Amino acid sequence: MYRLRFHGRGGQGMKTASRLLGTAFFLAGFEVQDAPRYGAERRGAPIFAYVRASRTPINERGIIRRPDLVIVADETLVSIPAAGVLAGITPRTVLLISSREKNAVWRERLNLAGPVLTLPRAAALTDPHELRFIGAACAGAAARLVGVIPRDCLAQAIREELAHLGEAVVARDLDAALGAYDLMEENAGCVTEVPEPSAATYDKPHWIDLPFDGANLAAPDIFTPASSAQVPTGLWRTVRPVIDHDRCHRCAWICSTLCPDSTITVNAEGYPQIDYEHCKGCLICMTSCPAHAIRAVPEEEAAGDEVVGGGD
Amino acid sequence: MTRRLLTGNAAAAWGARLAGVDYVPAFPITPQTEIIETLAHWTDTGELDCRLVTLESEHSMATAAGAAAATGVRVFTATSSQGLLYAMEMLYTVAGWRAPFVLVNVSRGLSAPITLEPDHNDILAARDSGFLQIHCATCQEVLDSVLLAFRLAEDQRVRLPVIVNMDGFYLSFTREPVEIPNGDKARGFVGTFESGMQKFRASAPVSQAVVVLGGSPYSYFRYEMHLASLNGLMVYDEVADEFARTCGRRHEAVEVFRTEDAEFVFVMIGSFALKAKDAVDRLRDAGVKIGLVRPRLLRPFPEARLREALLGKKGAAVIDQNISLGKGGVLFTELASALYGQKDAPVLTSFIGGLGGRDLAPEEFYEMAAITRQAAESGQAPPPRLLYTEEELREVRKLQAIAQVERGRLGLEDKTR
Repeated sequence: MYRLRFHGRGGQGMKTASRLLGTAFFLAGFEVQDAPRYGAERRGAPIFAYVRASRTPINERGIIRRPDLVIVADETLVSIPAAGVLAGITPRTVLLISSREKNAVWRERLNLAGPVLTLPRAAALTDPHELRFIGAACAGAAARLVGVIPRDCLAQAIREELAHLGEAVVARDLDAALGAYDLMEENAGCVTEVPEPSAATYDKPHWIDLPFDGANLAAPDIFTPASSAQVPTGLWRTVRPVIDHDRCHRCAWICSTLCPDSTITVNAEGYPQIDYEHCKGCLICMTSCPAHAIRAVPEEEAAGDEVVGGGD
Repeated sequence: MTRRLLTGNAAAAWGARLAGVDYVPAFPITPQTEIIETLAHWTDTGELDCRLVTLESEHSMATAAGAAAATGVRVFTATSSQGLLYAMEMLYTVAGWRAPFVLVNVSRGLSAPITLEPDHNDILAARDSGFLQIHCATCQEVLDSVLLAFRLAEDQRVRLPVIVNMDGFYLSFTREPVEIPNGDKARGFVGTFESGMQKFRASAPVSQAVVVLGGSPYSYFRYEMHLASLNGLMVYDEVADEFARTCGRRHEAVEVFRTEDAEFVFVMIGSFALKAKDAVDRLRDAGVKIGLVRPRLLRPFPEARLREALLGKKGAAVIDQNISLGKGGVLFTELASALYGQKDAPVLTSFIGGLGGRDLAPEEFYEMAAITRQAAESGQAPPPRLLYTEEELREVRKLQAIAQVERGRLGLEDKTR
């Protein structure tokens, strides 16, 4: 059985990637299980999705503990412990990271025993809307790395799964997926199915008897008021809205009112300012700005850029 | 028939579509919403000729479902967790009306603390409501069970609503290959709803909720519901047979897997039972004679079938994905009552696992088998065990330590600790 896991952010198409790969496996004659896993749905938050594929019926359920292949669509997740990108990785797990860095850089950074590959970005991301094809590229690369999915099964999976989005979108996704499929030629079939450990020689679970704790400790309470402000939800952003003060008409009540997270305030001169610690990058401000003074910049380009900011 | 990848939610919607439902009262809740979204989409495109109405709460939704069923139309609805509990008053009421319809519940742990992931305390809260309950382990079963449930509910010998249960995430959001029965075949199997006297009309008022005092008529009506529910055992077998003949798949009231020569068995319900199947295969490879017994029907309780499957075994590990606070596992309790005083009853061991979607590792199944074997050898069952590891408690302790620091910072230290 193949056990694969996709990691990305809400909105990057990881659920779609798992479905594309799942359907491609299915069309290639495999039994399949694919599923996304997330909490309260939110754009930009770390999520993962998984695929199991086997020639025989699958009697497993839920998250994959020991993956054969882990695909990371967003390299910024690697350093976020809660994203669990490296969870259950063994020396024979293949790790594929979508990145502009070279394989060697990631090998050195992660110091893993197993193989680390990168999926190069096709072009500089001048258009943030290109990001939405990353899921298809990840699915295409994964299909080649497992080595048992013919190219036409991948293409057919994309046509079936994405037909409702229209021909133009299907064509772009086909390009992204098949391009990534071809790029992985050198490593085709490097992912192997490894059997689970036997029931004869298993490691005993370290079960314990839960001790009684008083209700003052054991009730699920939060003691700090307004703790949500301490959660840097700005980390969920994949695309950053940037205000151009030369174009801004200072009708700041529009963007500041429509921001669903109240991250836009108005400064003394009447210009809107974005709190990037908490802006999730939904771009409602951009789409509602009458003066077209707000543009979107991919986060990995904007990050660290001192000039880009709320306007001062 | 077409075989394609469907989530449990899509499979439930397909079941309703193939049954040709007339009316769907709806209210969204995670992880169920995809079911009504799918039905709403088909209603919009005309692929499904039914009336879908969004209500203002699950309480109203259950009321609308019962009221519509009382007019003699076929009704489908779905909810989950808090929604099922919010509808609880009406679940008992509409069952008392003897209004037959099908409700899909997508199991999710109950608040507080709040979660999205599954366990069975929501569905078991409805255990005594008069609804019959079918518990599914695969997406295929979800689709097929919705069809079976309509036959069961609408049968004159039963005439009670039915809940089809699936686990949130593990089935609701998980795609797996599902064979969609041919529309005519499915429709032929489900048939039309012959509601008989139940034809409530605005022009011909009928009171469905009479007041009875003194206990005697009340006892009569409630016990009649009990008898109708018990009739469900026989009716279920009939319709399951017919379904197997029509659609080629057999769904027994109690699934047994590799139990014939087994000395030990796992007993559990729901989608995690698939993991138990895998564990059974691997334990068999390691020489352990073990099987799986999985009740699909929980109400009516298939007591005779369970006795048949369990008497003569040395030990049974009962794994409850629920907890009756202050007592323990509900399935364990029910099974113990079914086996009490029976000759050759197995030693029962009790495990609570999978609360709030907590995963069950293969090693845990192997260890439960080992403990059950020891219990059978010594004739002494150990106390019930929560499947919870040292590592998990360490994580909780870390969070508590942070909470304590915050508490201290706010001057809320607890002097009693």
